[in-house]
Amino acid sequence: MSFRYEFRLSGSGGQGLILAGKILAEAAAIFDGKNATQSQSYGPEARGGSSRSEVIVSDEEIDYPKAVNIDLLLCFTQEACDKYCTDIKDNGILLVDKNYVTKTPKGRFKVYSLPITEIAETKIGKALVANIVALGVITGLTGIISQQAVESAILSRVPKGTEELNLKAFNAGIELAQQAG
Amino acid sequence: MFNYDKYLRTDKLPHIWCTGCGCGIVLKSMLRAIERSKIPQDDIAVVSGIGCSSRTPGYLDFNTLHTTHGRAIAFATGLKLAKQKLKVIVVTGDGDATAIGGNHFIHAARRNLDMTVVIYNNYIYGMTGGQVSPTTPAGKRGSTAPYGNVEPAFDISRLAIAAGAPFVARSTCYHAVQLDKYICRGIKKKGFSVIEVLSPCPTYYARPNRLGNVVDMMEWYKNNSLQIEVARHTPEEEKKDKITIGILHDTERPEFCEVYQQLSAQAKKKYVE
Amino acid sequence: MTNKPNAKLMTGNEACAEAALVAGMRFFAGYPITPSTEIAELLSRRLPQLDGTFIQMEDEIASMAAIIGASLAGVKSMTATSGPGFSLMQENIGYAAMAEVPCVIVNVQRGGPSTGLPTLPSQGDVMQARWGTHGDHPVIVVAPSTVRETYDWTIKAFNFAEKYRVPVILLLDEIVAHISEKIVYPKDEEFELVSRKITEKDPASYLPYENTDSDIPPFAEFGVGYRYHVTGLSHDETGFPTNNPEKVDKLNRRLNRKIERYRSEIIHYEESFLDEADICVVAYGSAARSAYRAASDARKLGYKVGIFHIFVLWPFPYEALSQIARRVKFFIAPEMNLGQIAHEISCAIKREVIKVNRVDGGLITPNEILEKIKNVQL
Repeated sequence: MSFRYEFRLSGSGGQGLILAGKILAEAAAIFDGKNATQSQSYGPEARGGSSRSEVIVSDEEIDYPKAVNIDLLLCFTQEACDKYCTDIKDNGILLVDKNYVTKTPKGRFKVYSLPITEIAETKIGKALVANIVALGVITGLTGIISQQAVESAILSRVPKGTEELNLKAFNAGIELAQQAG
Repeated sequence: MFNYDKYLRTDKLPHIWCTGCGCGIVLKSMLRAIERSKIPQDDIAVVSGIGCSSRTPGYLDFNTLHTTHGRAIAFATGLKLAKQKLKVIVVTGDGDATAIGGNHFIHAARRNLDMTVVIYNNYIYGMTGGQVSPTTPAGKRGSTAPYGNVEPAFDISRLAIAAGAPFVARSTCYHAVQLDKYICRGIKKKGFSVIEVLSPCPTYYARPNRLGNVVDMMEWYKNNSLQIEVARHTPEEEKKDKITIGILHDTERPEFCEVYQQLSAQAKKKYVE
Repeated sequence: MTNKPNAKLMTGNEACAEAALVAGMRFFAGYPITPSTEIAELLSRRLPQLDGTFIQMEDEIASMAAIIGASLAGVKSMTATSGPGFSLMQENIGYAAMAEVPCVIVNVQRGGPSTGLPTLPSQGDVMQARWGTHGDHPVIVVAPSTVRETYDWTIKAFNFAEKYRVPVILLLDEIVAHISEKIVYPKDEEFELVSRKITEKDPASYLPYENTDSDIPPFAEFGVGYRYHVTGLSHDETGFPTNNPEKVDKLNRRLNRKIERYRSEIIHYEESFLDEADICVVAYGSAARSAYRAASDARKLGYKVGIFHIFVLWPFPYEALSQIARRVKFFIAPEMNLGQIAHEISCAIKREVIKVNRVDGGLITPNEILEKIKNVQL
């Protein structure tokens, strides 16, 4: 039986969600040998505005590349959470940043409200890497993509000189998932 | 005696220009300048836009490219960059170069790609029947300015200098001997060179403005031109209605092809590493 | 281009730029515009490494002019833009068609009209791609739907341009351009590369626009001794302007025949599940991805649905669609416009087409197509 797993990473522009999506897709497609697509929808501005990055992982060729029946929704803003939570499929996962999303909706999905940005700030010392912390949480919670593949993809995509910092952020996310799981 | 036929497509003559038009004078001056420059015929490309002046390349036996209105410099940019051994001469008019092609003109001057632009400035759109152009003096008539031109005019040479052209000269069809020299200097200049030539349009500029025939216009060029060397020592009020001619600007700036080649060499080094 | 990794995650824009280099493109002129800009950015890095030229021009009019100039010097050239810039390019696309200058124009479609939706997809330019510049003129338009197809069709676009001496338009859309997908890198040798036919005649006997048996005049590049004339005016075989009705008629008919007579070589489409189908979904570009999904969902529900996926939009595959119309009754055309290709389909099949249209910046969903399939009264 073929499988298709849909991620949507949502928030506002500048939070690194498009990069996070590309890392997930690269991990799945290149390092785990599956098929994956990453697509995005964003406003014309480079910072602010709403931003949405979607990753589809499948063991087959991916035709329609957009997420319609979401397995995992990540929300970095309340607005994104309110807007997209109805697209989560039954038994799917809603993952929100505790500090930004205070009202979590109820539905037939599992909710994880975790201090992602806070961990990035306190443990890593840079709120900027919240997107990579989130990748760690996603990897830990879903098990869809191997930890090793995501690490490799992070190393191939992040700017030179920031590898260690980003891996630390990723591992902090994995840990956070373990505590929550 | 220089034989023009060497550079002419004689089977394309007679030309389409009106009696008394300055285009032929500029064409011949350009050929004398090319001869003097000693650049091989096969290595010369003449590119033009649309208008009376832009018909020049059709009569010339070089690699010739008659493009769209205002775009000659942009076509020439691609041609030159793709084959840098070509000496590219752009032939254009006041409307072609400074109205519809104004943006290409100023950016080419800023970019400083090696080419020579000869602008025939007759103060009018001739090909379409005498409408005012960006260089028509305020108050002068054109078929679209029956009560006189309401707009002030561009000074093409000053525009070129301000935009960064390292070599700018101005002459008139009366001063054809000087013109040869300027075009030749322009061709030899490594960089973007501009030669503005005031050129008579007896049909569509002189007639509606009652400026007489072509001889009167030549007289006018003669009597109202000031050589730059003289102009430098002439009080402003005396220069008001005069046209300054000569080599107005000659300086050195890094040329685009050379800069690009350096950049390319660096990029390749990195690529290999 | 050696040492390429075997598989790579890349976007359509990246695939387009890389494939253009494989095709031998060594001159790019462009102007920044969303969502095409990454093509220019990538080539600004790569071309100087390969002795090619990258130049950012002052606008799209100049960009189009510059690639024509470069192509006349014998260099394969390209520009990339989106709707508003594509509008500006039309003037000189006409020039390239008239003067028979090979070149490739990439238009990454975004929502229109006017400035429209800069960051969102559309397929609103398919008619403009065919008829955007004035006058009857030849042009070839190709529209891939995945990153890998973008790679392949970019190379084919250059081959068409070179072979037929026409401007070729590669129509992407924001989805195909920005989606990241795995592409297993084809080897460069896998591709047949075509270069324009060069004249064998000497300069004295060379006619730049000669009426040859093939209708495609052999080319001579500028600066190698041919000293001929190129103009956008109607011209005769010598390349010089003419108003002679006979000669002008001959030129215009040859220019258009040059593509029409090779239709079968140029046209490309893929049929799937059409043998037994009751319903044919005709799609192209990223909407084809939704169509495949909708059709497979529909087949699971027992509907007999096939796909006619168009890769070369112009010339349009009227004959093939007309053949299919003999055995398939219903045609559905999902498009991110208000039915531009649907009209051509109905010309071919001589009946109405069921349209699925979106002009809100969203990709048509498989469900929107599936609903139309369910509503067909078989």
